Amino acid sequence: MNKFTLHTGIAAPLDRANVDTDMIIPKQFLKSIKRSGFGKNLFDELRYLDEGQPDQSCEGRPLNTEFVLNQSRYQGASVLLARENFGCGSSREHAPWALDDYGFRCVIAPSFAEIFYNNCFKNGLLPIVLRDEQVDQLFREVAETEGYQLSIDLERQLVITPSGEEMTFSIDGFRKHCLMNGLDDIGITLQNEADIRAYEERRRQQAPWLFGAIK
Amino acid sequence: MAGKTLYDKLFDSHLVRTNEDGSSLIYIDRQVLHEVTSPQAFEGLRLAGRKPWRVDANIATPDHNVPTTERSGGVDLIVDPVSKIQVKTLDANCDEFGILEFKMNDHRQGIVHVMAPEQGAILPGSTAVCGDSHTATLGALGALAHGIGTSEVEHVLATQCLITKKMQNMLVRVDGELGIGVTPKDVVLHVIGVIGTAGGTGYAIEFGGDVFRNMSMEGRMTVCNMAIEAGARVGLVAVDQTTIDYFEGRPFAPKGEHWDAAVAEWRGLTSDTDAEFDAVVEIHAEDIEPQVTWGTSPEMVVGVSGQVPNPDKEKDPVKVDGINRALKYMGLVADQKITDIKLDRIFIGSCTNSRIEDLRDAAKVVKGRKVAANIIQALVVPGSGLVKAQAEQEGLDKIFIEAGLEWREPGCSMCLAMNPDKLGNGEHCASTSNRNFEGRQGFGGRTHLVSPAMAAAAAVTGHFIDVRELI
Repeated sequence: MNKFTLHTGIAAPLDRANVDTDMIIPKQFLKSIKRSGFGKNLFDELRYLDEGQPDQSCEGRPLNTEFVLNQSRYQGASVLLARENFGCGSSREHAPWALDDYGFRCVIAPSFAEIFYNNCFKNGLLPIVLRDEQVDQLFREVAETEGYQLSIDLERQLVITPSGEEMTFSIDGFRKHCLMNGLDDIGITLQNEADIRAYEERRRQQAPWLFGAIK
Repeated sequence: MAGKTLYDKLFDSHLVRTNEDGSSLIYIDRQVLHEVTSPQAFEGLRLAGRKPWRVDANIATPDHNVPTTERSGGVDLIVDPVSKIQVKTLDANCDEFGILEFKMNDHRQGIVHVMAPEQGAILPGSTAVCGDSHTATLGALGALAHGIGTSEVEHVLATQCLITKKMQNMLVRVDGELGIGVTPKDVVLHVIGVIGTAGGTGYAIEFGGDVFRNMSMEGRMTVCNMAIEAGARVGLVAVDQTTIDYFEGRPFAPKGEHWDAAVAEWRGLTSDTDAEFDAVVEIHAEDIEPQVTWGTSPEMVVGVSGQVPNPDKEKDPVKVDGINRALKYMGLVADQKITDIKLDRIFIGSCTNSRIEDLRDAAKVVKGRKVAANIIQALVVPGSGLVKAQAEQEGLDKIFIEAGLEWREPGCSMCLAMNPDKLGNGEHCASTSNRNFEGRQGFGGRTHLVSPAMAAAAAVTGHFIDVRELI
């Protein structure tokens, strides 16, 4: 997993609430058995005017020129500015995979759907919750200034605007630690193998019907 | 000290350890696997040289991609090459790791959230996960169940545990008696309309009150299924005699001595009378009429006697923008009557509404009637091979076919259109599924979420109509 410590990049504003994971990556692209290669189909139905197919090259597909990621000023964006309840709906981890593969390292929104929020951390993508008025302010500033960049300092838990204004965000200690060090959850959990075995033994005594039934 | 909620009890009884930062490691009794969100998890295990912690905690079946037309030729005859690879990959992974799988043409195959309860694979008092957000369905059984991402699928395969944070508790209480023609689907759509699509974020929702006590297990599954459409990963209904009766005799349910011990444990799976909830929502059953979604989020819902909202009456600019966007996408105008919405296709199926009671409800409405001339296609897709067999034994298939609906093989089908069942650009569909997002049922497709009875009524009239006029 990619480490996340400090990041500075162009911010792109996606100004709509309740962006669902079907919108982030439509279902026809979920048929892949890989974790990579989803970036070209990120926001496929918003980005292109035709219907995308898996394994199709996106070169030459008609672009929706109004869509934010197709505008020249947002090329190379790596920070996505979004509205409330971002990532709602389907649990598909293909959504953070697609955002990551496209080049996003961070999504800033007033709120996230929980499964999406969890999935981001497993993929080195940082979801940041800021207050409504802070997000409003960033939307305003990004619209006013071409090439607007945000810096994210995970260690200090800060979003820093080009004028030097600092906005603090909160994050779970464990998640922060994993993200900063690029750690794999499974390895960490398996350090507690003895605890898991002990629980399992107790459980087997209490509810033996939950063991060995499915075969 | 206040008593515990059902969610607290389930969480506490599965706690392996609490980490210093307040996150918890909880033990997972069951994982259900399907072809779309598992391949990368199995690949991850292989790359790390790991094995599943406990093979007997897993059960698998392909559902999202499988064709619902005649498929006796097997997986090799799946036309879409990408779907075929995914189904074959699930088969190969389950074979390699020794995980029980009901393959595509096994009579027990079906939509994960229909198959797993039907088999008794998920039991009251257990924890269950699946790489699918509609795992919330299983909370109807008195289990702590929620959807997870693929990295977590791999984590559970490898460790039998999940790193999680305890949720808050919300009680949604619906008292009173539902009117005729008002179904569990209408109840949950109404609830989502009240609390909003993010209203349940961070909460486990327990559904309590007369309406849920008097509801069948299948109805409870429909309700909990859509907790996630209100933002809650977990929906729950307390265990009662209805729950216990449901499990007796199911293939993987405990037997003999174990049955008695299990039932004794299950009877305690209710919220204590002095339990405190962080949020309580109270709704009167009499206020709920058959529901229809008009927009592109499940919260965009009104009663069938209502009309499409007018953005001029809304103050919040983000909401106005959302309404305008939805009206444009759906091809509707402000203040249009719901019953004036013409339909092109009908879909009866999905993990929300493809169980036998759903099919009976729909069959009752279409019996002796014909699908309206403007309907291009009306699909009935049972949730599992066993539901299909039961329906055929009751003659429901004949009623549907006679009325001009198509009777299909089990799978997720047009709920998310990963298989060939999908909407054309601009087409309106009365669908018993759970999501009306843009493009969900096909590029440019326009989904209206309704109950099976309302979908059936729309099929025979060609537009929305209050089903109570037909029954």
